[in-house]
Amino acid sequence: MEAINQHQSIITPLDRVNVDTDQIIPKQFLKRIERTGFGKYLFYGWRFHEDESKNNSFVLNNPLYDGSSILVANHNFGCGSSREHAPWALLDYGFKVVIAPSFADIFYNNCVKNGILPICLEEDKVEYFLKNSKDKRFSIEINLEEQQITDQNGHLYSFDIDRYWKEMLLNGWDEIALTFQYDDYIGRYEQKQKSSNTTTRG
Amino acid sequence: MPKTIIEKVWNDHIVNEEKGKPDLLYIDLHLLHEVTSPQAFEGLRLNNRKVRRPELSFATMDHNVPTKNRTNITDPVSKKQIKTLADNCQEFGVPLAHMDHPDQGIVHVIGPELGLTQPGKTIVCGDSHTSTHGAFGALAFGIGTSEVEHVLSTQTLWQSKPKTMEIKIVGELEFGVAAKDVILAIISKFGVDVGTGHIVEYTGEAIKKFSMEQRMTICNMSIEAGARAGLISPDEKTVSYLKGRTHVPEGEEYDALVEKWLGYSTDEGAVYDRILEIHADEIEPFVTWGTNPSMGSGISSHVPYANDYDDVSDREELQRALAYMDLKEGTPLTDIDIQHVFIGSCTNSRIGDLRAAAEVVKHRKVHPNVTAIVVPGSRTVKAQAEEEGLNVVFEQAGFEWRESGCSMCLAMNDDIVPPGERCASTSNRNFEGRQGAGARTHLVSPVMAAAAAIEGHLVDVRTILKVHARMEG
Ligand code: SF4
Repeated sequence: MEAINQHQSIITPLDRVNVDTDQIIPKQFLKRIERTGFGKYLFYGWRFHEDESKNNSFVLNNPLYDGSSILVANHNFGCGSSREHAPWALLDYGFKVVIAPSFADIFYNNCVKNGILPICLEEDKVEYFLKNSKDKRFSIEINLEEQQITDQNGHLYSFDIDRYWKEMLLNGWDEIALTFQYDDYIGRYEQKQKSSNTTTRG
Repeated sequence: MPKTIIEKVWNDHIVNEEKGKPDLLYIDLHLLHEVTSPQAFEGLRLNNRKVRRPELSFATMDHNVPTKNRTNITDPVSKKQIKTLADNCQEFGVPLAHMDHPDQGIVHVIGPELGLTQPGKTIVCGDSHTSTHGAFGALAFGIGTSEVEHVLSTQTLWQSKPKTMEIKIVGELEFGVAAKDVILAIISKFGVDVGTGHIVEYTGEAIKKFSMEQRMTICNMSIEAGARAGLISPDEKTVSYLKGRTHVPEGEEYDALVEKWLGYSTDEGAVYDRILEIHADEIEPFVTWGTNPSMGSGISSHVPYANDYDDVSDREELQRALAYMDLKEGTPLTDIDIQHVFIGSCTNSRIGDLRAAAEVVKHRKVHPNVTAIVVPGSRTVKAQAEEEGLNVVFEQAGFEWRESGCSMCLAMNDDIVPPGERCASTSNRNFEGRQGAGARTHLVSPVMAAAAAIEGHLVDVRTILKVHARMEG
């Protein structure tokens, strides 16, 4: 996956709570067997009417936000289904950063594994971003190394992120290759398990 | 120090523990299905990696499979996805219950049925309802496709230790209240994100009295409360359910296992990070009226008013949900007409669910405005039901009797609710478009779904049940 550290863009505000992954990428598009090409189906049910015409009132269809790669949403973003097609769709569409006051656990993990930076930020700060980017272009810059966001008015915000995930994102590491370095540990665990005759029978 | 089952299972599976890192956890059982696995196998191929322990993996086809004519998959993309899984399983040596195999079914129905699911195991699947297996005292959780690939190649996962939560159901349930009502009431009371970052253990008298199938219904929907996993300490019911199942050993080996299994139960006096309580007598048969599983109420209630909410964003969320659901504030729930009934899904498609629903529809007829289908959770469930003549009961009432699969739970195959129509569904998600673009879902228990099929609108099943039907849902 691609590494991420400094990132600057205008915000796309999606002021909704409990956005579930069924909305991020509806099930009719989960049949592909590739990781790519999901961007055009992102938020499909909200971007398009039933007759497939564009829903101009949905924020992603507002040309004001063209070129934005930072999505800001409200509480519990990414809840529901574990489908990794959700971050694949976000990434393919062009989003590299998602900011929300809280995320669903599986979605958060899925983002990190694909080089999307999910930032958990206090509610009042998210509200401030949402307000300032409503019908306006509002730009912020993120520095992952420093765990800081600077907005276009020069305000500074810091955010928390697990050290392990941070390193993964900064370096764009392949997690499986990393885990292979623990092969001995895994082997030893398996030996121990075998001798204690545990429940693991195929 | 006394420990919760959550800590016991976790600690037993730590391969590596280091400060500043998540724990590296060993995975005992990896379940796979056709939708979330192809990219993971592709990743293995691209990197020239193999499956570390194919014998600890088990795959089946459930999401896409047709429930009418098995041999006829009309959608070429679905067909390709199903074939891809078969090819991948063959290439990498992963055991597979193919669409035509007698063991096939929804992955969370067949795991327990085959005895693959056992207390104290760590179980993962690229599917958020993996929490179902927690009913057996396993630590079972859903993962993304990158993690599927990670487990395939290393049989481990990096996981940060979640917090522990107890949800206690205090007191006894009233007549006519099903496991589904309990979990819907929990989610409605505490919200869709109450469990975020936690693993939940369900406790209380009602849980102890529940059958294994009812426990699965409860644990199944843990993710709908945002929890990483949900589980129940194993007891005699757990043990006797597993006895004699295909993947459970026999004789002395079994006896030793039983002792080990029961040892995982939470110790007296163990401490949780958080405890929530709900009183059983607060719970009546439940239905959802909105677009997430917390938007529901007891059947004697009505669609809420925006003014019931103090918070502006809650009000907006309600209004958006009601607009999608085409419902007016204050409408009594029993006034909501429905056009479809779906009895199925990994939440409620087991033999006990079907028996309970059949009891309600027996000698009755499906309302002329309603299309109703029953989709057994597995081929084993289907065969058992047919042996008991349940298919005849359903068919005589006017239900369609289908082949097993996920079906109308997420409508990836041909079982779709048309736009604007309503479905009383025993599944677990009422998200916008879940059962078809523009479709409106009302989540209910199997007996409530059966009652709605007969009456043509949402109805309190207790008014229909003259006899004390077997409430297994
Ligand atoms: S029945 Fe529904 S919720 Fe369960 S695994 Fe299938 S699609 Fe997912």
